[in-house]
Amino acid sequence: MVTLENISKTYNEGALTAVDKVSFEVKKGELFGLIGPDGAGKTSIFRMLTTVLLPDGGNASVNGLDVVTGYKEIRKQVGYMPGKFSLYQDLTVEENLNFFATLFNTTVKENYDLIKEIYVQIEPFKTRKAGKLSGGMKQKLALCCALIHRPTVLFLDEPTTGVDTVSRKEFWDMLKRLKVQGITILVSTPYMDEATLCERIALIQSGKIMSIDTPAAIIKAYPEPLFAVKSEKMSVLLQDLRKQESVKSCFAFGEYHHLTFQENSPEVQPSLRKNLEKLGHAAIELKEITPTIEDCFIQLMNH
Amino acid sequence: MKQFFTFVRKEFYHVFRDRKTLLMLFGLPIAQILLFGFALTNEIKDSKIVVVDYANDPASREITQKLAASDQFELQSSLMSHREIEAAFRKGVVNLAVVFPANFNSDLLAQNSAQIQVIADASDPNKANTLTNYVNNILRDYQQERVNETQLPYQIQPEIRMLYNPELKGATNFVPGVMALVLVLICVLMTSISIVREKENGTMEVLLVSPFNPFLVIISKAVPYFVLSLFNLTVILLMSIFFMGLPFEGSLLLFYAESSLLIIAALSLGLLISNSTDSQQTAMLIALMGMMIPTMLFTGFMFPIENMPMPLRIISNVVPSKWYYIIVKSIMIKGLGFSAIWKETLILVGMTAFFLFVSFKKFKIRLA
Amino acid sequence: MQNVVIKTDKLTKKFGDFTATDAITFEVYEGEIFGFLGANGAGKTTAMRMLCGLSTPTSGEATIAGFDIYKDTEKIKANIGYMSQKFSLYEDLTVIENIRFFGGVYGLSDQEIKEKSDHLIDLLGLKEESKKLVGSLPLGWKQKLAFSVAIIHDPKIVFLDEPTGGVDPVTRRQFWDLIYEASNRGITIFVTTHYMDEAEYCNRISMMVDGEMKALDTPTNLKKTYNAASMDEVFFELARGAKRQAD
Repeated sequence: MVTLENISKTYNEGALTAVDKVSFEVKKGELFGLIGPDGAGKTSIFRMLTTVLLPDGGNASVNGLDVVTGYKEIRKQVGYMPGKFSLYQDLTVEENLNFFATLFNTTVKENYDLIKEIYVQIEPFKTRKAGKLSGGMKQKLALCCALIHRPTVLFLDEPTTGVDTVSRKEFWDMLKRLKVQGITILVSTPYMDEATLCERIALIQSGKIMSIDTPAAIIKAYPEPLFAVKSEKMSVLLQDLRKQESVKSCFAFGEYHHLTFQENSPEVQPSLRKNLEKLGHAAIELKEITPTIEDCFIQLMNH
Repeated sequence: MKQFFTFVRKEFYHVFRDRKTLLMLFGLPIAQILLFGFALTNEIKDSKIVVVDYANDPASREITQKLAASDQFELQSSLMSHREIEAAFRKGVVNLAVVFPANFNSDLLAQNSAQIQVIADASDPNKANTLTNYVNNILRDYQQERVNETQLPYQIQPEIRMLYNPELKGATNFVPGVMALVLVLICVLMTSISIVREKENGTMEVLLVSPFNPFLVIISKAVPYFVLSLFNLTVILLMSIFFMGLPFEGSLLLFYAESSLLIIAALSLGLLISNSTDSQQTAMLIALMGMMIPTMLFTGFMFPIENMPMPLRIISNVVPSKWYYIIVKSIMIKGLGFSAIWKETLILVGMTAFFLFVSFKKFKIRLA
Repeated sequence: MQNVVIKTDKLTKKFGDFTATDAITFEVYEGEIFGFLGANGAGKTTAMRMLCGLSTPTSGEATIAGFDIYKDTEKIKANIGYMSQKFSLYEDLTVIENIRFFGGVYGLSDQEIKEKSDHLIDLLGLKEESKKLVGSLPLGWKQKLAFSVAIIHDPKIVFLDEPTGGVDPVTRRQFWDLIYEASNRGITIFVTTHYMDEAEYCNRISMMVDGEMKALDTPTNLKKTYNAASMDEVFFELARGAKRQAD
């Protein structure tokens, strides 16, 4: 459905490499996530795939059409929601939707079944100007607009950035239902916790793909046992852990600190616990855990 | 086609929902007319003059009275000496002085001719010229009366007629200029800003990733501003006819056809600007600096082009509004037909075609 | 008893008949890391603007660093630092120029600016980049620099509006190291974030829902109260009930 082969993009006459020989493939009907921080090259990749940006090297195709030569055809077949929710702020919800429907030579009526579930949530505000909607509502409207012509591939560039947790959850539920309809979805996000909601993911950093697989496989590939530690004084604990010789890496992670050991012999855990107690830590909790995608990302970044 | 109309309608929504745009669109022409009509007029009223009357006889008094009665002059005092005049000029409290020599009336009676001295402050040469012309007119009037009284058999009187603009009204000059200015400004500014705004909002990306032909995006953006510009033009035309008392001698059809030509040239310039910038501020700056200033300077309605140095006169030829200005003056004021303005029209057509060609050529179907 | 640096009493801001911030009452202690959470449109930005002295409340009382929110807005501004995700530094100035500029804005002497900028560049490891334009730095570095600049004048409180949005996980943690360091120096941190793991790093967390402060406690207690396994669940539980759909 979507293939990239050694795609590169540079800016400022080659001084800045945004995308560095990226290759991956997205299968038909797949929900594929591009996970990485701002500036990793996600938007450049999306823009090249949606034909609004020319690659500096490599090939890419969407639905078997080359992104450079087949741009006219691709533009008819895909749906695109750029990073900034691209709505007309001074048009109402209804006007926006009608405008985008007409733009794609269709009507809201014709494809209403596809957007119905999402649209009913914003329908009560259909005479409101898009600029006056909350972030979550704008995001829903933008999704409706990107879907209105029943695209075969949907590109969503950071649809959940700046949107609160509740709206983010709702949004991912919507994507799952769209997937059922057979639409191939490419979504990018800087939020690592959203990775597990995709079928396959690519972890991207500084224009390079660090890993591509299912979230479960990426987690499984974590090279060493990972532990979570907690005590009463978390910030002091972090400092102390970093000074321990047996500790290989240690970083804060929510209510715990995550750490790996230099060697994973049976005695490292009790001895660390003892050392921490000596340093005055109370209520120490130390357990082995399954890594999250964020742990994997950190591990990959550091190597 | 339906796509196209939807797009045009959307553009109109943008215009009518944004107060700033509306104000600019409809406030600008009115403000310009008022500005040029009343504040920046080159008609001179109530200029301060002094009369130094060494004669103090019936003739000098009568002329002095006539000067005082005129709208153009405000008589300051009649009791100054030559030396005082010089001081008054230096201080700038006086613009013009009229000096009657002694024996003015008797000279006039005896020799049928007499000398009169008119001194003007020529630091503003245009103004000095205008003022001395006013004095000449008054003197001529006076002579005329005297000729009638004495009933000499005949006397040859030079008669100067001010062609097309007998009252020397500034309006005939500036109205076509304001038309050119408003059309160029509105079209260039509005198209470039409205396209760049889509880029800023990210909507341009979505428009590009759609089956809609990118060229149609541009054309459907141009249509509303084309229509609004014609509306603006009509407003200016009606204002100048009904409030300024300007004539409209020529063909209305020809006038609108020529105006459309300028509008298209301006729209393609706006498109060209929007291609080379991504921010509304930059677009606005380029449009204002690059369009307004040359239009004001080189159209000919503020500063006569004939008086400019050669290099500037040459530059003025590439400013489309200069040609439009000549065309409109010919149609409106002189009532001339196409045969008189075909050359200017041809130049304007050439420019429009060039701008259109370049802007379409440079139009990007991608982001970068 | 810890020193109170922010104290509000029924602080309210209305825009017409819309109550953006509805009678919020809370205290923030010296050196505390105070998480200010809430859904989009819950009134966080409005509240933060009032606390920074940028917007006058409709009613209610508040003192920031001991100064009255109505009368002493200028003194408040001199005693706080502010950094947001959107604007913090001038992209077209170099690292050192930014530091000098903001040092000057906050009224530091030339000598102080010199010392501070040397220290900062050393601390952030920006020695080689000090003459580079800020715009050319990676986002994470920019944000770390922006934070350091926001506290260059040793303010009593620093307000951080989503400081780590879009920053990579490693840099995000380095950023929090800086926050801890500042907090240990006695600077009070008032921070908003969309990352729930970061909420765990705060000493106490407040939750805004529909303009009201619905919860205020330590992360541990909040999880206990709402019988939740993570802060994410606590947030979801509280924000789900929000009626305000559009702002």
